[in-house]
Amino acid sequence: MTSDLPGGRTEYPPVPPVRYDEVEVGTQIPPRSYQLRRLSLVKYAGASGDFNVIHWNERVAREVGLPNVISHGMLTMAQAGNFVTEWANGDPGAVVELGVRFSKMVPVPDDDEGATVEIRGTVAGKLGDGKVEVDLTARAGDEKVLSRSHAVVRLP
Amino acid sequence: MALNPEYVGRVYGPGEPYEVSRVKIAEFAAAIGDVSPLCRDREAAVKAGYPDVIAPPTFAIIISMASTKVIQADPGLGLDYSMVVHGEQQFTHARPLHAGDVVVATSTIDSIRALGAMSMMTTTTDISTVDGEHVCTAKSVIVERGK
Repeated sequence: MTSDLPGGRTEYPPVPPVRYDEVEVGTQIPPRSYQLRRLSLVKYAGASGDFNVIHWNERVAREVGLPNVISHGMLTMAQAGNFVTEWANGDPGAVVELGVRFSKMVPVPDDDEGATVEIRGTVAGKLGDGKVEVDLTARAGDEKVLSRSHAVVRLP
Repeated sequence: MALNPEYVGRVYGPGEPYEVSRVKIAEFAAAIGDVSPLCRDREAAVKAGYPDVIAPPTFAIIISMASTKVIQADPGLGLDYSMVVHGEQQFTHARPLHAGDVVVATSTIDSIRALGAMSMMTTTTDISTVDGEHVCTAKSVIVERGK
């Protein structure tokens, strides 16, 4: 079943539970791609209350020197949140910390494809108390759009 | 225009209380593509040990951004909002926000730095319930592009 959500799915697939004792530093979490279309930006504007015109008005975006309408940085960050949530057994409440640096903008063309953000994560450390640190990167095309990014998630 | 460095250390808020609702959490989760039932189904959330449906980790931006907008609108700071881009963002959660929470936000300007024609400002927003329980710390770096 497909959906118009950025992750293109309607539920997290059942996976074997990820447990603290079994996680190893250096483990790579399978990368995931998230499609951001103009509709995603409109929905995010409404849900977040961030109606900055550069996220929905191509004319104004180009007037202020941008290549196109750009995604809300926070929408890209939210995909990093989805990525670690899915790994942390589908529990958004397991994400104790999430920090990102917005290194490049994500232009979203007015077509069916939009922009694709690919998120990758590597287990960087075990912090005790069930908490695991994950290093995160996000790319859109050739550009690294999130850098120096990380999450701390709590595992059972 | 460079930002006024004398504003470092200034504290804004607490602002008006914000009530976290099931409808807003479900709307936000749908917009970002978080498909967890814990954001939509109260029974599932309670079964997982939460008092009610929980918010995705970046939901707190709704609350922290409302708080930092007050800073950005302070005329004495000298910020040109049309030139602002988001540089960094971090959330540290003591626990997830859940429906029924009534929270207030207090923001502090941690630092202001000039980088050539650009200015960078770091702010920390504390989000706590109206009963004084700390829930989330949101750290934000914004960059004012030079003209």
